[in-house]
Amino acid sequence: MPDMNLYYRVGAERDLGTPAAIGGAAAAATVNVEIDGRPIGVPEGTSVMRAAALVGASVPKLCATEDLAAFGSCRLCVVAIEGRKGYPASCTTLVEEGMVVHTQTPRLAELRRNVMELYISDHPLDCLTCAANGDCELQDMAGAVGLRTVRYGYDGAHHLDKPKDDSALYFSFDPAKCIVCSRCVRACEEQQGTYALTISGRGFDSEVIASQNDAFIDSECVSCGACVKACPTATLIEKSVIEHGQPESAVITTCAYCGVGCSFRAETQGGQLVRMVPNRDGHANHGHACVKGRFAFGYATHRDRITTPLVRDSIDDEWRAVGWDEAIRTAAERLQGIQARYGRKSIGGVTSSRCTNEEVYVVQKFIRAAAGNNNVDTCARVCHSPTGYGLKTTLGESAGTQNFDSVLQSDVIVVIGANPTEAHPVFASVMKRRLRQGAGLIVVDPRAIDLVQSPHVRADHHLQLKPGTNVAVINALAHVVIDEGLEDEAYIRTRCDMEAYRIWRAFISEARNSPEATEAATGVPATQVRAAARLYARAGNGAIYYGLGVTEHSQGSTMVMGIANLAMATGNLGRPGVGVNPLRGQNNVQGACDMGSFPHELTGYRHLSDEATRKLFEAEWRVALDPEPGYRIPNMFDAAIDGEFKGLYVQGEDFAQSDPDTQHVYAALSAMECVIVQDLFLNETAKFAHVFLPGCSFLEKDGTFTNAERRISPVRKVIAPLSGMDEWEITCRLATAMGYEMRYSHPSEIMDEIARLTPTFRGVSYAKLAELGSIQWPCRDEASAGTPLMHVDQFVRGKGYFAPTPYVPTDERANARYPLLLTTGRVLSQYNVGAQTRRTGAVAYHREDQLEIHPADAQLRGIVDGSWVGLKSRAGETVLRARVTDRVQPGVLYTTFHHPESGANVITTDNSDWATNCPEYKVTAVQAYPVSKPSEWQEMFRRFTATQQQLSEQALSEAQPSFAPAKLQRAEARRDRQVAQA
Amino acid sequence: MSVDVFVPADFTARALGADEVAAVAAAAPGVEVRRNGSRGLYWLEPLVEVATEAGRIGFGPLDAAAARSLFANGLPDAGHPDCLGLVEELPWLKAQSRLTMARVGVIEPLSIAQYKAHGGFEGLEQARALTAPAIVETVTEAGLRGRGGAAFPTGIKWRTVLEAQGEPKYIVCNADEGDSGTFADRMIMESDPFCLIEGMLIAGLAVGADRGYIYCRAEYPLAIDTLAEAIRLAAGAGYLDGFHLEVRKGAGAYICGEETSLLESLEGKRGVIRYRPPLPAVKGLFGRPTVVNNVITLASVPAILAQGADHYRNFGVGRSSGTLTVQLAGNVRRGGLFEVPFGKPLRWVVEDLGGGTASGRSIKAVQAGGPLGAYVPPQHFDTPLDYESFQAIDAMIGHGGLVVFDETADMGAMARYAFEFCAEESCGKCTPCRIGAVRGVEVVDRIRRGEAAADNRVLLKDLCHTMIDGSLCGLGGMAPLPVLSVMTHFADEL
Repeated sequence: MPDMNLYYRVGAERDLGTPAAIGGAAAAATVNVEIDGRPIGVPEGTSVMRAAALVGASVPKLCATEDLAAFGSCRLCVVAIEGRKGYPASCTTLVEEGMVVHTQTPRLAELRRNVMELYISDHPLDCLTCAANGDCELQDMAGAVGLRTVRYGYDGAHHLDKPKDDSALYFSFDPAKCIVCSRCVRACEEQQGTYALTISGRGFDSEVIASQNDAFIDSECVSCGACVKACPTATLIEKSVIEHGQPESAVITTCAYCGVGCSFRAETQGGQLVRMVPNRDGHANHGHACVKGRFAFGYATHRDRITTPLVRDSIDDEWRAVGWDEAIRTAAERLQGIQARYGRKSIGGVTSSRCTNEEVYVVQKFIRAAAGNNNVDTCARVCHSPTGYGLKTTLGESAGTQNFDSVLQSDVIVVIGANPTEAHPVFASVMKRRLRQGAGLIVVDPRAIDLVQSPHVRADHHLQLKPGTNVAVINALAHVVIDEGLEDEAYIRTRCDMEAYRIWRAFISEARNSPEATEAATGVPATQVRAAARLYARAGNGAIYYGLGVTEHSQGSTMVMGIANLAMATGNLGRPGVGVNPLRGQNNVQGACDMGSFPHELTGYRHLSDEATRKLFEAEWRVALDPEPGYRIPNMFDAAIDGEFKGLYVQGEDFAQSDPDTQHVYAALSAMECVIVQDLFLNETAKFAHVFLPGCSFLEKDGTFTNAERRISPVRKVIAPLSGMDEWEITCRLATAMGYEMRYSHPSEIMDEIARLTPTFRGVSYAKLAELGSIQWPCRDEASAGTPLMHVDQFVRGKGYFAPTPYVPTDERANARYPLLLTTGRVLSQYNVGAQTRRTGAVAYHREDQLEIHPADAQLRGIVDGSWVGLKSRAGETVLRARVTDRVQPGVLYTTFHHPESGANVITTDNSDWATNCPEYKVTAVQAYPVSKPSEWQEMFRRFTATQQQLSEQALSEAQPSFAPAKLQRAEARRDRQVAQA
Repeated sequence: MSVDVFVPADFTARALGADEVAAVAAAAPGVEVRRNGSRGLYWLEPLVEVATEAGRIGFGPLDAAAARSLFANGLPDAGHPDCLGLVEELPWLKAQSRLTMARVGVIEPLSIAQYKAHGGFEGLEQARALTAPAIVETVTEAGLRGRGGAAFPTGIKWRTVLEAQGEPKYIVCNADEGDSGTFADRMIMESDPFCLIEGMLIAGLAVGADRGYIYCRAEYPLAIDTLAEAIRLAAGAGYLDGFHLEVRKGAGAYICGEETSLLESLEGKRGVIRYRPPLPAVKGLFGRPTVVNNVITLASVPAILAQGADHYRNFGVGRSSGTLTVQLAGNVRRGGLFEVPFGKPLRWVVEDLGGGTASGRSIKAVQAGGPLGAYVPPQHFDTPLDYESFQAIDAMIGHGGLVVFDETADMGAMARYAFEFCAEESCGKCTPCRIGAVRGVEVVDRIRRGEAAADNRVLLKDLCHTMIDGSLCGLGGMAPLPVLSVMTHFADEL
């Protein structure tokens, strides 16, 4: 095995100056030019600058970068073209057949030097002490053009006295060093689409400002970092670089936050991570990032990280720090003891969508092969399990149909129950770019999310439905398609199961599914539904993107099928620009599901009852498999309360915060004899644990994540595991200790095993990933480079299946006692249960979860903005601070669930999807009322947290070395202070 | 039976008291006051014209008191001391070739009937009988070139738009007349607005555009109001069927007179330069093929269509076909507008028509083509006023503005002013202009203070050529021209 780490160290990113020609190399004709005597053929539409860079003649430049459209302002990149007057800028001049270009002539050299002289006449001369020293394009260009003197002197007009703005958490803005190249402004517009930055003033007074000349922290800036990456000087620079100096090495890896799966360069200095920079060659993100992936990595070295294994007998005992051997032995013995006492099926495991494919794979293998049952489930149970069920049933594959770039060819985009600008920000930026180009937009959401109206984006239709009525709306849309003859008959005839279609057509045509009939239940005017259906059906390319607002309902699976039906009926599947696309919450939801995490399925969604598949695994694993599906997570909890389920191995999941009906979860966890938590932190679930196995952050791992577009991307070790043990190895050791030997020398061997056993992963290997950068499964043979678009000529299941989708209202309905409906979501700066982001500067952006309430509902109850509100459902009671806003409709409340003490899940109930048990997080009937103190549960939570903290203190203070380098700790302390001040 | 008495309502005439004069005239018995535009003979304004059987006889310049005495005994006659005789026979009008400005000062600007009575809409009628390529061909044959300053052949621009792919196409009129000492665009808009509308309609037919915008500087409120009313009247009369036309107001930036900045501004964005190519003709307003023409260019089109390409081309010399609307300003005895054929010597315009300086001193220099134009010294005064001849002496015609300076002018200060103006009006996008203009002022100051004057002269020349060769648009690219002309012709004054 080669030293993978060494192998993946990469050099500086290449910047060809302007983006590739629109349409890509394949589409355009080749144009032949000669640059400095060297001939080259490039696609039509390529800039002279890019062609020159490709031929190895780099032209000096400052305002040009490959990430942004050519701008032509710096005038350093001028060239001479035979037969043309003057000195055209090479960035804005496109190649023409037979063009002869000279990039270096005496006059060009003089001109560039004179322009550079002007730049430097208004720039500080503090290169040696500047944070960008060594990574400054201005410095490089001054060197390249040979500037030796500035004849203007330095006593003329200048901007050197402008004050620095350090208000942004992760980067600094020093306008004194600004060269007004507008790269930051253009990045904010073109890449991010937020329009927070602008150039104010004109001429010599031109300056970059945020919003209305606000401090960055007070502006519309969302800290995506695009401007920082774009800045050629030290004007916008990461505070971590100011603190540490320039990184000296970089590793390409994949972000571990959301399901977009951005590729990053993790840049290090002496084995320490200095900054994360989005990778220009990243296939999911193309050099863009969001505040979390770009900056919120401090949790990896936060002082709360647990790096030593801990054990205890009961949750009332103090934790004891132990070595790895003792921890593994204790865990194995306890699990075996439970099985001996309560039977083979009394233990189980849960895999995490936060972990790598390889780590997930070994956990489910451990349960099936070592524990001998199928009690394995994954946290996708509580998010996208209905996607798996619904898309498998209708289309034949449990996955989104497109790649992200497909949206750039969509004519109408439908966003249902998803909030991409908050939860999938990098994809949202691509989507917004397409919307700015003129694509139509239909938003189906109970709440006015940002996409409904934001700079340069406005939804054509916002179907503001009542929570819980998704299926009624999707049926009404499909009804209009059939009713008004908008279906794509030819497509249906050739691609779909006609018998099923006839049945569905009869069903959907029924009057009860008409928008006029559903209006009362959904609250969406029939005329609006009809208009939206027409827009989508006649779009040309109509694409649907959806999120947990679709799946986390009692009819989640029905809704997914309804979406697939609508797409099939309008012929919107199987080509670029269309499709049905779940936006996955976690970085590896897709992968965790692919890896056979569900109790009834082996890898690649193959049912346990299929003997041939089982035999394949039995031969590879050398063990007999139980053909009976095991427990799902809710079944595990119920069985625990019933005393039948006693031991649980939890990989990186925090049920005690994330799962619904918290008090029920607490009861289940308390009823178990051995809860083993493998995590970075002593999380909420760990408060109920008996063995704690310290896990690794994504920076400490080799492996792969699979994003929402089925893209398998490499995750690579940037730093060594702080705990000294790879996570996959912990599981293997545990299995081995329980008598089933699992040994691999590197995660690549695990992937090789997955590829051997899984038809859709055939030919996937680390070598291939290194070569291609990433691979979208299915990868059906060794030669395949993956599959960006699915269902192109036929559906995976053969003929597309129209499943009838009758609307059945949820039991969670507003009534006299609980007259309001609570729904939940996320904010940009925090991630899910917040285990990571709460341990970063993100707290400054989102300190607490708040309850959004419509002014009418607030007034009726005497609730004012910022006051405490009691919230009560049939499951429990909690208290949140009110934010009175008309983003929510009357009768609907909304909150986030990033902070455990908020107790959002104390309120949510045990209602769940009929097919997959995915909890109905998105609808809970509640009452709200003004209060003056926290709820009883919250009081209990605080006491319990304090006790548990106490029980870990001694073990941690003795055993845990201070792993964070002193500099990092200082930085962390400073950030904490800053947060406190904010 | 009342008699028509014409009192100009042009902005300049009003500034000189035309409204008071009109009020006096209106009070006189038997007088029907008509508010025409100005003939452009501004030193005679307010110029009152009384209709007689022999023609309109002029009186002026008048103030309110003079007007009262004029109308004290009923209608004035040719014997009155302020009488100028028949206006059409005034030498400064007779010497002109009024093609584009034929109706300016003659008719009431908002009267469609008068517009038509004086040949209005005849060009449009001709155009409607032609195919689009045939209209383009006519304009090409006439040799019309852009009067905004760049002198690009209008027919070629139109053909590019006609052949460009993309819908819709737009006609944009550049009415952001910002050069100091120019007012020809304003005169058309205030005094003969239907002529501009007709020109835009013909342009629309020629390239297949059905939307038009007139981007007018905010400093022209009367022009904006007049155009808006003219558009309303034209629409009411059915002339705008199938063509949407509106006036958009600028916000005081000189740079928005540059066509790409103008388009940015028109799109609601900050007025900064776009790089070219793509040309606006291919990718203009909202990324669609767009004709961007100056007011005078578009207003010249109806006459070309009405009277034929040959008629127009018979005026002018060489590649400078037709007429130039010279605007004489500065230190000049007879300031105003003179439409003359290309090729007349600069001296004839400045001395014969303009009558030399107002101060009576000798002329030191004429700045031709606006604030970015060269200072032409007397030794070049025999240069014919055409694009090529001016280029040969490192000067330019531009929009036709001529500003006269007498021997007391400090030419070093004028060189400094060129940079100052550029620094004030730079959009700030490109480096040579953004920083260069500011450094230019500083270097000129150093030279004038005698600091390392020789080195700084070298630096100044370097800077000028850096801006010329390196700037993104004509502002930075031409601002050094007046400086270089001072360095060449008035070196000892720097």
